[in-house]
Amino acid sequence: MATLFEMNSLSAAYGANIVLQDVSFRVMENDFIGVIGPNGGGKTTLLRIILGLIKPVKGNLTFNQDLIDRKSIGYLPQISTGDTNYPVTVTDIILSGLMIRKGIISRMSKDDRKKASVVMDELGLSALKGYTLDTLSGGQMQRVFLGRAIIGDPKLLLLDEPGNFVDATFENDFYEKLRELNKRMAILMVSHDVGTISAHIKSFACVNRTLHYHPSHEITNDDLLAYGCPIQLVTHGDVPHTVLKIHC
Amino acid sequence: METSIFQYEFIIKGLLGAVFASITAGISGTYIVSKRMVFLSGGITHASFGGIGIGYFAGINPVIGAAVFGILSALGVEYLSVRQKIREDSAIGILWAFGMAVGIIFMYITPGYTPNLMSYLFGSILTVTNADILALGIMSAVLLLYFGIFYRAILYISFDEVFARTYSSYVDIFKYLTTSLIALTIVLNIRMAGVILVLSLLTIPPNIAMIFTRVYSRIVVWSVFAGFIGTATGYVISFFAGVPVGATIIFTLVIIWVIVKGLHYIVMKISGKESNSLSLSETD
Repeated sequence: MATLFEMNSLSAAYGANIVLQDVSFRVMENDFIGVIGPNGGGKTTLLRIILGLIKPVKGNLTFNQDLIDRKSIGYLPQISTGDTNYPVTVTDIILSGLMIRKGIISRMSKDDRKKASVVMDELGLSALKGYTLDTLSGGQMQRVFLGRAIIGDPKLLLLDEPGNFVDATFENDFYEKLRELNKRMAILMVSHDVGTISAHIKSFACVNRTLHYHPSHEITNDDLLAYGCPIQLVTHGDVPHTVLKIHC
Repeated sequence: METSIFQYEFIIKGLLGAVFASITAGISGTYIVSKRMVFLSGGITHASFGGIGIGYFAGINPVIGAAVFGILSALGVEYLSVRQKIREDSAIGILWAFGMAVGIIFMYITPGYTPNLMSYLFGSILTVTNADILALGIMSAVLLLYFGIFYRAILYISFDEVFARTYSSYVDIFKYLTTSLIALTIVLNIRMAGVILVLSLLTIPPNIAMIFTRVYSRIVVWSVFAGFIGTATGYVISFFAGVPVGATIIFTLVIIWVIVKGLHYIVMKISGKESNSLSLSETD
């Protein structure tokens, strides 16, 4: 199995505020890694480093040949980044995932539109292609943004809190879809929902200023304590319930 | 009434003015309405009045002064809100009033001939020169080319800036360039509609268009069409009633908006559809 990218003692900071320190981490083809950790612990910063939106202050990040220009990275931001009232159709949003390959003077070709309709078929969005976001449910919106992330056939898919805004009925479909996508791309998924992700991921990384990689999908209480990763555990049973941390 | 050469010229000028005003306002207006920049655009408009005053005082073309002030205030709001951490709406409010104050001060201290303040505040077709029409024509061509060539880049950046930054390092350049073109559109249309009314020339047509469609490119086309009907009709009424042209244009546009909205509501009631189902049935 080939390595997609590797971080070597990498640190990231916003001004004087160090968010990630001395992180070494390697992602292989076909990995499915859950990234967990407290809010403000640096999960999103990790994604921003990989996307090239911020530069590391120390250490380095090396990509393999496939990822070198970052064109083969698909990205699903937290859903709130786009204006859901904007007059843009589902088809056009999904096509925007091709912009990294097309450049700024772009006309979408017949081929591009065909790619978009394949993705929409795959994600069950075909009936919604002329719709604008304000008419869709949270789960449908999430699928549209997933479509935008995968239309370019990435080798690496970055997901930032994809569980947010997804209705319970759609959640299983969504993770099932990710399992299928994982056959052709590595997935790095940021989530605070340990219970859900441990059922779908292959391994996990706990990010809290530092990064601890754990090569199994079983997340035990001991792991969380050892890594200093206080986290909320959400599980599914006959009745949906949330288990909160024991009071001291 | 006998048609003189003067009247013929007047009609041609008005017609061309209406065409170019509706093209520039339709393209720019769709952008500011979609991106919720209407208040910022109001700030640009009023701040540019400062440039008009200084232009008069210094004896240069007031439109050039207004253009400089308009663009600087657009970029100034961005600077104040992003770099100096001043709330954006406060920054707009400050520049808005400051521009008006500067404009009025310089107009009153200009020796000799005092320009007609009313014609700048409310617009007047009588003061529109051939050069103004030509400038609007050039502006139409520039906007058509700019939006034609960079349509997707502009659309996607304004829809989701965060995502756009992951694939393009040109996001800020596009934002500043587009905002500057919007400022120029506003300034050039001030001669027709006036400082106080010009913003409605940009905002009403897209809102008429959005009754029919929620697809960006179609909103532009419908806006230009609605803008032309409103501008041309307002112009004719202004000509016969002797009322300032800016006011009649805006009045006509609002009446069109109300009529279209009402008709759309009635048609939807009769056909038993949801009032927004028209836009839903569209495919791209």
